[in-house]
Amino acid sequence: MDDTSQQKIVDEAGEFAEKEIQPFAAQFEIDEAVPRALINKMAEKGYLAATFPETLGGLGMDPVYYGLLSEEIGKACSSTRALLTVHTSLVGEAILRWGNPEQKERWIRPMAKGEKLACFGLTEPDVGTDAKSVNTNYRKDGNTYIVNGAKKWITFGDIADLILTVAAGEKGITAFMVERETAGVKTTPIKGLLASRAAHIAEIEFTDVRVPEENVLGRVGGGFTYIVNTALDHGRYSIAWAGIALAQAAVDAMVTYARQRSQFGKKIYNHQLIQGIIGDAVTKVHAGRALCLRAGELRKANHGSAVIETTIAKYFTSKIAMEVAIDAVQVHGGNGCYNKYPVERFFREAKILEIIEGTSQVQQEIISSYGLRAYYKPPKKQ
Amino acid sequence: MELKEKIRKFIEGNLVVFEDEAEFGDSDNIFEMGFVNSLFAMKLVNYIEEDFGIEVANDDLEISNFSSVDRITAFIAEKQSA
Repeated sequence: MDDTSQQKIVDEAGEFAEKEIQPFAAQFEIDEAVPRALINKMAEKGYLAATFPETLGGLGMDPVYYGLLSEEIGKACSSTRALLTVHTSLVGEAILRWGNPEQKERWIRPMAKGEKLACFGLTEPDVGTDAKSVNTNYRKDGNTYIVNGAKKWITFGDIADLILTVAAGEKGITAFMVERETAGVKTTPIKGLLASRAAHIAEIEFTDVRVPEENVLGRVGGGFTYIVNTALDHGRYSIAWAGIALAQAAVDAMVTYARQRSQFGKKIYNHQLIQGIIGDAVTKVHAGRALCLRAGELRKANHGSAVIETTIAKYFTSKIAMEVAIDAVQVHGGNGCYNKYPVERFFREAKILEIIEGTSQVQQEIISSYGLRAYYKPPKKQ
Repeated sequence: MELKEKIRKFIEGNLVVFEDEAEFGDSDNIFEMGFVNSLFAMKLVNYIEEDFGIEVANDDLEISNFSSVDRITAFIAEKQSA
């Protein structure tokens, strides 16, 4: 698809988000649900399959424009954007990369139409960052695998039809596509969350769940090395844009408020300390978007540096989303601490981005490890 | 550049230890020596597919195919001649 057509989709998504999502985002939180009717509308527009190939019912967008589309949805509502992260990026891309042709036909097509929603079941009650240590286990029994264990904090886990999960067993960590209807699958919504309240976050229990061998994604034993790494790489790219979305939304709110609110007889943007906050916020957003666009171009070219540049973008934008959201609350003063103003929500949502798809501390370690090699200048021998 | 040399360069660009601590022979298992991590395998497969135009099938994803310079070279050579 050419750039003009892709830009048109992004522009339409912006209009869609402004009309169909943003005005209701606060209510979604109160209801603790992104409504199914909205998900259906997004599916009709093709947003749930933005990067899927057109031959499998997708829009065939490249990573750059998919990022821009994610920003449009994310500016309106983080919980709604989270569906793109898990359904399209984490699961969809993992199936497209490692699934066999039959699996792609079987899962990608209904996922593209929104007939099947997918979630990514990696984290467990006792296993977060140390994802290789999953306790969920499998054993082979004839031509099925029996899976037992529990997953936690699974975004859209409470309504997803397909669960891409990983379990440990005698042949190593293996990835399975588990269908919700399978006997022994139980999901329980998690309430009382700081943010992502509308993202149907759930705990998932597997009790003697029989998964047919044709539902193994990739090769047995390759679940972490190939599936999890691929999924998380795509997830990090999505979260990088989620950070820009939140930071941009916070800047929009901050600037608008500064031009409308008066104190000491003048609009507050006249105060130089407010100008300093706005100046820093705008600079951070522009810098973050530049990182995201560069990561997107490298991904489009399947360049070897795409993974590390995606990591850098994710680390930076989640960090500046938090910083800019804090500053947006500050500019709003007391009103910023009140849920009638969206910056209160941005403030809470930003914290999530510093934790999911690898904490900021893990990203720092990865980036540091890269930098210690890439920028080492050994002293020249005399 | 010779195939082996290209592979060695790719590995050296993806080490998780410092280059002066990472002396390895062509037959040394770079995973067992702790010179690369699990992300390396995913990046290597992408590299092989992109730079050599080879499609790596699920059945080829055994880590043993990618564990040393010799094995990676043999894998690519075998795929290219198929």
